[in-house]
Amino acid sequence: MLANQRRVRRRIGLLCGFNLKKKKSVFQQQKNLDGYVGFASLPNQVYRKSVKRGFEFTLMVVGESGLGKSTLINSLFLTDLYSAEYPGPSHRIKKTVEQSKVLIKEGGVQLLLTIVDTPGFGDAVDNSNCWQPIIDHIDSKFEDYLNSESRVNRRQMPDSRIHCCLYFIAPSGHGLKPLDIEFMKRLHEKVNVIPLIAKADTLTPEECQQFKKQIMREIQEHKIKIYEFPETDDEEENRLVKKIKDKLPLAVVGSNTIIEVNSKRVRGRQYPWGVAEVENSDHCDFTILRDMLIRTHMQDLKDVTNNVHYENYRSRKLAAVTYNGVDNNKAKGQLSTKSPLAQMEEERREHVAKMKKMEMEMEQVFEMKVKEKVQKLKDSEAELQRRHEQMKKNLEAQHKELEEKRRVFEEERANWETQQRLEQQKLEASRTLEKNKKKGKIF
Amino acid sequence: KNKGLQVLKANSGFSSGGSTLLGYIGIDTIIEQMRKKTMKTGFDFNIMVVGPSGLGKSTLVNTLFKSQVSRKSAGWARDEKIPKTVEIKSVSHVIEEGGVKMKLTIVDTPGFGDQINNDNCWEPISKYINEQFEKFLKEEVNITRKKRIPDTRVHCCLYFIPPTGHCLRQLDVEFMRRLSHSVNIIPVIAKSDTMTIEERQEFKQRVRKELENNGIEFYPQKEFDDDMEDKSDNDKIRETMPFAVVGSDKEHQVNGKRVLGRKTAWGIIEVENPNHCEFAQLRDFLIRSHLQDLKEVTHNIHYETYRAKRLNDNGGLAGGEPLNGLSLKKQRLFFI
Repeated sequence: MLANQRRVRRRIGLLCGFNLKKKKSVFQQQKNLDGYVGFASLPNQVYRKSVKRGFEFTLMVVGESGLGKSTLINSLFLTDLYSAEYPGPSHRIKKTVEQSKVLIKEGGVQLLLTIVDTPGFGDAVDNSNCWQPIIDHIDSKFEDYLNSESRVNRRQMPDSRIHCCLYFIAPSGHGLKPLDIEFMKRLHEKVNVIPLIAKADTLTPEECQQFKKQIMREIQEHKIKIYEFPETDDEEENRLVKKIKDKLPLAVVGSNTIIEVNSKRVRGRQYPWGVAEVENSDHCDFTILRDMLIRTHMQDLKDVTNNVHYENYRSRKLAAVTYNGVDNNKAKGQLSTKSPLAQMEEERREHVAKMKKMEMEMEQVFEMKVKEKVQKLKDSEAELQRRHEQMKKNLEAQHKELEEKRRVFEEERANWETQQRLEQQKLEASRTLEKNKKKGKIF
Repeated sequence: KNKGLQVLKANSGFSSGGSTLLGYIGIDTIIEQMRKKTMKTGFDFNIMVVGPSGLGKSTLVNTLFKSQVSRKSAGWARDEKIPKTVEIKSVSHVIEEGGVKMKLTIVDTPGFGDQINNDNCWEPISKYINEQFEKFLKEEVNITRKKRIPDTRVHCCLYFIPPTGHCLRQLDVEFMRRLSHSVNIIPVIAKSDTMTIEERQEFKQRVRKELENNGIEFYPQKEFDDDMEDKSDNDKIRETMPFAVVGSDKEHQVNGKRVLGRKTAWGIIEVENPNHCEFAQLRDFLIRSHLQDLKEVTHNIHYETYRAKRLNDNGGLAGGEPLNGLSLKKQRLFFI
């Protein structure tokens, strides 16, 4: 009875997306029921509702080109997401983040699967900051969700947050590259990172073991927090989880070509020396990855994304925004530092102080302008004065000149007049003399 | 061996037409004399391996020379830290086979292509190659020369291409473009057991096309083919290059025989089986047929190019350090 209840509890927890472990203490004091009430059918109701709604899952694949990311996705979901007509990002050379959506149906359950691919990651000669577009993409998805959560009308909340990031490690056999370490260090706080060893058919079993140990050692050394499988109460599940943990990081091989082996049709890769089967757990860890990703831990991945990564993002974003006092639309609700009233008071004070400062500044500016204008006017006045003086002087000079000329002219005239008179006198004198002569001569 | 000797029409002064001489002179024994001399003195061969870490360079070199000759021969140094800059490490061994001694030097380049920012990671390598040329030039230009100048010039550079299955990376193209004129580059597809046979063919074709588009001449270069025979041989080789190789220094039992190979859960990859990979072809090409040619091309063409450039630069301008400490005037006299 107890085991049954535990299983029921877990299923409810899984479907409703929260952990019922905390309420263990309450349940331990439970009473035995006298009759059949009927709430044991709750999981069925939840199940039916969720099936109608359908599920969403977003998966991101990151890795250098040529590591078999597209092939693995095709193998995982048994579809040809990337086919000859719709070639995958590996055949198109673009250095952005690409998204493709696919709706898969199985047993009446719908899954809207979104695959985010990252072509061109780590392919250039200089790969510094090649992780930046990816981080921006993840943040933008979180922001979209935050915005739609804060809206008034929250009918439809499309969840496009990245639930899981599969990081492909090249099978060098040595250890992690500096690029791998840098990338995982920057992304382990934002998204669930699951490292995978790509093209694992390159490694022999011993090399694979060695390589895995080396990688786990380096991951612990650099304190990278990869996705952790949660512990459960159930014994057998714990054993499974432990088995998975021992095999981390999972070494995978992808293929969708079907080959006949021992009169069985299996998916695999045909080599001259044998066939590497994809679904054979001795050959690679593909089945473990598929079971973990789809069959058992899909919901847990979504939960961790929602409860941990998204909440981290949200608290960081909101704390930053209200500190600046810029956009109050997003500042509804709780803040981790002060009570709302104190916050408002502080804001008001800040605002007033700012106003005062602005006022003072404007006064200063005004004064300065006034001074300038006055100065200008003075200058122009002085200029005018100067010109006036100049003109006056000119006039005086001219006046004097004219006077001078007139005087000279008068003098001349006077001279001429006296000369004329003299002439006249002379003429008169000569005439009288002639007259006299005539008179006299007649005598 | 013909007892008679044919006189071919060489230059004027000899009798015309081919005629058999009366009696056996013994000119053809010169080959035997050369062989004896070479066996006594031995010869040098310097090979450089370039590629990002984890591609099996050291394993391949060990497999090629069937002995632990690489830098990693001391222990299972898998957890060596990746160096922050490209280092040049060279290891020398003297190996002997059939009375012939060979001083083999392997030059390894750890740290190439491993960083986040790989700009100019080819520069230390280019510098090293030029330094070896410089050393040889200095010895040659010396007034009293040594009887046998030690040859540390890089005769062959094996460039390892990662088996992505798509195309060459930008880093590969850049490196090969810059170094194909100073050293013989032989591109090799590493860890080719990752790819099925069809994938391998496609990849090779794409790589060859890209090399052609970028004007990269790998060894054997088309322009140095001497005659038709050489050309047809080399054409065949050029068609199959780059060689897709797998290296291994472990032995396993296959059909009662002990072979070098890799044991996986689905089969054993035999290194020397031509159906599995092209290692045997690479080895024959590198060691059994073209070893001497590699050295000759390095000496006659790459070294001469370097020497001409160096002497031109030196003799023309007043700058550049004099080769042997003589002043410019004295050098001019010396070269006349």
